[in-house]
Amino acid sequence: MNITNKDNINLYYEMLRIRMIEEAIATHYANQKMRTPVHLSIGQEAAAVASGFALRKTDYAVSSHRAHAHYLAKGGNLNAMIAEIHGKVTGCCRGRGGSMHLIDPSVGFMGSTAIVGNTIPIGVGLGLSLQLNQDNRICCIYLGDGAIEEGVFYESLNFAVLKKLPILFICENNLYSVYTPLHKRQPLNRKIHEMVAAIGAKTALVTEGYDVLACVDALQDMSAYVRSGNGVGFVEIYTYRYREHCGPNYDNDIGYRHIAEYESWLAKDSISLFQKKLIQEKIINPDELEKITSKIKAEIECAFEFAEKSVFPDKIEATSGEYAKKIQEEVICVN
Amino acid sequence: MRQLTYTAAINEAMHIAMKTDDKLLCYGLGTDDPKNIFGTTLDLQKKFGAHRVFDMPTSENAMTGVAVGLALGGYPSVMSHQRLDFFLLAMDQLVNSAAKWHYMFGGQYNVPIVIRLILGRGWGQGPTHSQNLQSWFAHIPGLKVISPTSAYDAKGLLLSSIRDPNPIVFLEHRWLHNSVSEVPDLDYEIPIGKAKVVQQGTDISLVGMSYMTVEAMRAAAYLSQFNVNCEVIDIRTIRPLDVDTIFDSVRKTKRILALDTSQPMCSVASEIISRVSGHLFSQLKSAPQLIANPDNPEPTSFGLTKYYHPTAGDIVARVASMLAIKIPAMPESMRPHDVPGDWFKGPF
Repeated sequence: MNITNKDNINLYYEMLRIRMIEEAIATHYANQKMRTPVHLSIGQEAAAVASGFALRKTDYAVSSHRAHAHYLAKGGNLNAMIAEIHGKVTGCCRGRGGSMHLIDPSVGFMGSTAIVGNTIPIGVGLGLSLQLNQDNRICCIYLGDGAIEEGVFYESLNFAVLKKLPILFICENNLYSVYTPLHKRQPLNRKIHEMVAAIGAKTALVTEGYDVLACVDALQDMSAYVRSGNGVGFVEIYTYRYREHCGPNYDNDIGYRHIAEYESWLAKDSISLFQKKLIQEKIINPDELEKITSKIKAEIECAFEFAEKSVFPDKIEATSGEYAKKIQEEVICVN
Repeated sequence: MRQLTYTAAINEAMHIAMKTDDKLLCYGLGTDDPKNIFGTTLDLQKKFGAHRVFDMPTSENAMTGVAVGLALGGYPSVMSHQRLDFFLLAMDQLVNSAAKWHYMFGGQYNVPIVIRLILGRGWGQGPTHSQNLQSWFAHIPGLKVISPTSAYDAKGLLLSSIRDPNPIVFLEHRWLHNSVSEVPDLDYEIPIGKAKVVQQGTDISLVGMSYMTVEAMRAAAYLSQFNVNCEVIDIRTIRPLDVDTIFDSVRKTKRILALDTSQPMCSVASEIISRVSGHLFSQLKSAPQLIANPDNPEPTSFGLTKYYHPTAGDIVARVASMLAIKIPAMPESMRPHDVPGDWFKGPF
């Protein structure tokens, strides 16, 4: 791994940017202007940012309900995302999708959807299209530990391995599916990456998922493996969401997880740790940190202003748009 | 003109479509096996290569999602399933992905996929190999649902379905597979969303779909001997439904009997009756009616299916009652009640 100082600063910048955007959403949420469920990635930024670093803009990516960080790390347009959560016509789906449906084809982010496991086979199909094109792009499928339990995961992985498709699975294992812990859903001694290896993918595990450089290391290696035409790669990353499953608040008080567990992850917060490291190694100084923070703050303020000033879609859009229209060509039509 | 079977017409449409769009893919369990999905995929792999025509794992849900991903990546697909009932495993990808993608992402992408589902009745197919679930699919905005009756329509509708930018559920009744009609060897399309008046008439509109159109024609032929002139309509497309053609017919005949291949609850026939009642109630001379299967699962036993599926004889009796006239019961067909013809010897 060859990470320059500039790379280090970029990684820090991207993690902080995603954190601050998500926190701004949480802060503004009470205003009742974002009237749709949000699943915040706060705590899980390292994996997302590392994947953005390992992937190219031209690579495809698909994701699930907790997709803000993936979309942003891949380079997705911030204004279009915030406007989408506000239901505005300038949103990335014209207000038809909301937080759980993000798309920015200009950076290869081909869609996130709300049903657990739903985009896994779609990513596999995109991977097959790349193989048919014979180009050297790859498709990244973001998923969580819950999606592993869906039948479609096995079906998709089986087909991807069978066809040796250029697909990189990034599984963020954050230990919970809504409020249900992993040990109530999967056998204790069976590791996700080991099961996947048995099905035939090349796998890697990052236990220190809060360490952005550890994530970069694993994801760069695996994306290079996939890009070289070797077939499917799968990286499992242990991580943790700080806030509630769905919504802007904390939910440690309801009793589904131990406060000690939460605090142990918080103590290893990816952004704080990385900031400390960059300062210690004199890669960045406090002034520069301050500048970065203000720059991001200004960008976020602009995005919220853009969203609030944007209009809702015209009312005709509530009752139209079902079908794509055919581009007329010359054909013999008979009845 | 040249005559073709329904399956040969489907196969010919596939050859034309694969030739005119070099991005089009064709897959499904059994696509290149010795039986070629009842002959419908015959020689496709030989002609267009294993990268475009291939067999697939028994993974209906994932493969439907793969079709969505392929479409987003620029490759339209025709995916075939030998029994509709197995495709029920794919509802997430059909309903949440394929049907929604265009709308949900603000119209940025189209999802051109044709999903061929073969359905049927009789010969012991039983509760889970015979379901005609057209009304399920018809309920979902974003899908188009096609159900051709003749070989001629099957070819033209398959070509227009493949060239449509939307996801399409293409339903083929197994009992129609060996039926024959005139089929031009041209590349022709039949518009989606357009019903066909199969026979003009003045006394009653029989609105059929798929195999029930065949039973309707049998009933109409018999009824004509008693000076009852039936207008027979084959709806051909289930969603979007061509209500205008149905309304025009009922304005003329003032009576409607809708014929379904499935159970009556929330059926396509009940939808047709609802639309006609809402729009033309005051013009009707008798209560609009429908004929469908009994409202319980299809039995397997030869001894039971006889009392399960509606036939031309049931249509004749119902028409007589709606017209308040006496017509002798239609003689029963000589062939066993559970096969479409002598060609069908099972097993599926």
